[in-house]
Amino acid sequence: MAINVKLMKRPERDVSYLRASLKGMAITFRHLVAPKWTMQYPEQKSTDDYTISQRWRGTHRMLTDEQGRAKCVACGLCPQICPANCIKLVPGEDEEGHRYPLIYEIDEFRCVFCGYCQEVCPEEAIHVGVHYENSEYQRGRFVYDLERLCAQTHPVSTLWDPSDPRGE
Amino acid sequence: MTPELKGYLLVSVIKLVVVFFTLLVGVAFVTWLERRVAAWIQNRLGPNRVGPQGLLQPMADGLKNFVKEETLPAQADKTLFLLAPGLAFVPSLVLFAVIPFAAPFPLSFDFSLPLLGQFAYAGPMPMIVADVSIGLLFILAVSSLAVYGIVIAGWASGNKYSFLGGLRSCAQMISYEIALGMSIVTVLILTGSVGLTHVVAYQQQTVWFVFSLTLGFVLFAISALAENNRLPFDLPEAEAELVGGYHTEYSSMRFAMFFLAEYGALITMSALMATLFFGGWDIPFTAWDQGEPSVLKSLATLVVFVGKTFFFVFWYIWVRWTLPRFRYDQLMGLGWKIMLPVALAYIMLIATAVWAFDALGLADGALYGLALFGVNLVALFIVFRVLDSGRLIGQQYVRREGSA
Ligand code: SF4
Ligand code: SF4
Repeated sequence: MAINVKLMKRPERDVSYLRASLKGMAITFRHLVAPKWTMQYPEQKSTDDYTISQRWRGTHRMLTDEQGRAKCVACGLCPQICPANCIKLVPGEDEEGHRYPLIYEIDEFRCVFCGYCQEVCPEEAIHVGVHYENSEYQRGRFVYDLERLCAQTHPVSTLWDPSDPRGE
Repeated sequence: MTPELKGYLLVSVIKLVVVFFTLLVGVAFVTWLERRVAAWIQNRLGPNRVGPQGLLQPMADGLKNFVKEETLPAQADKTLFLLAPGLAFVPSLVLFAVIPFAAPFPLSFDFSLPLLGQFAYAGPMPMIVADVSIGLLFILAVSSLAVYGIVIAGWASGNKYSFLGGLRSCAQMISYEIALGMSIVTVLILTGSVGLTHVVAYQQQTVWFVFSLTLGFVLFAISALAENNRLPFDLPEAEAELVGGYHTEYSSMRFAMFFLAEYGALITMSALMATLFFGGWDIPFTAWDQGEPSVLKSLATLVVFVGKTFFFVFWYIWVRWTLPRFRYDQLMGLGWKIMLPVALAYIMLIATAVWAFDALGLADGALYGLALFGVNLVALFIVFRVLDSGRLIGQQYVRREGSA
């Protein structure tokens, strides 16, 4: 040997190459006919064994009140806490002194889906959602504006609850 | 040209074209099968989207390969680089020409066409592309040509990994070619002819060679794995060590050519195993297929032949997804220190047995085959007893402590 091969001490008896090979073949054949684990994704999104966690943090969703207005009061906490600095908020105020967001945009590309915005929001307005199908044809479409955030309908994340750490 | 010659040419060309395209379709099917079986073995489903059960996946792959960009490495030897895939591709398909794939087909015609004149053919038509009398020699000669494609690809890529792959395949092919040839010699001893039609006919009259030459079959099957660069002997490719080996630098259709070559060789080798040791197109337990040629018989034997070939293709895939790759020195050790001596000793054994049976006046026939089977069982037992005691593969690395 040109290269140094580390010499292993192999057992001299009780080694059966033939039997080992045949055993291997038998094992693979058993797997060949065994039931498969594959989930047929686009048609099938959850199985008995696998469902997406309720604590999944996906793209955002803005909850609305009875009149269909965003619950957000433009307090500015979420842009403040956002570690990725991806929330753009321009507050506005109507004649009765109610604050509302003039512009509210989340850049889902920069977002790290930490869920802090949901945790910090005093109005429980902004939420991360249990949702993962986000394909778009253009990069620009990943900046979700207020209208889009309000229009999302997927379930919202329950986040992590310290009193129920395993989500039971 | 005489009408007979023209008829002969016509029939040959038709057979050629049909077999060629069937083989290509077979290759496409086998790539699909490999991926599916691999997936099943890993408890997955595999490609099942394109067409029913994913059967059209090879088409999609082919299309993709066609539209991909072709790259030429700067250090590559251009001519050889472009030539290599073809060199690998051709021998793998040519080999099929000498394999008989069905019982003779009753076909005779005598017609004339304007301008071309008269065509005549007196059947029955042998179902083999080229019924050459040197069948087995042709196989040995052409199958060793396939290595050139790989070696040249490795050399021309101008890449050390490819080069190592080429080098390995060269060494591997030379080592296992010998064992392969030797295991075929026993077939020659029994049939007394190198034509594959004779091999099939002989097995029909006696028993399949898998019984009378069991150990020969084992040797052949193992060497065939090495000849085709299939796991556990896929050292020329060895993705884990050589990033793909000889085809590292290839892209698009040239890369696909290597794959066609690999799977073409896979099918051909399987067909060869079926022919040499499993009676070719012979339908077992009946002499019906040997009588007067008829369309039905041809079709039935064709189905049987395809079935046997398919079995070996499946076996190849199954082995690939079961056994891990050999280390290079183990491969060489196995080839030269086990396969070759065993093959040589086996030739001696079979020759002696044949001589002894002849001396005893045992006539060619089923009994003769069964007697040989007995001899084989003894040989198999001895070989695997020795091999199985864990001393042959990698023996040189076992340091004995205590004793001498
Ligand atoms: S999930 Fe985290 S990163 Fe994303 S917008 Fe909310 S606070 Fe910012
Ligand atoms: S924390 Fe809630 S209420 Fe405050 S700006 Fe963000 S979304 Fe609006």
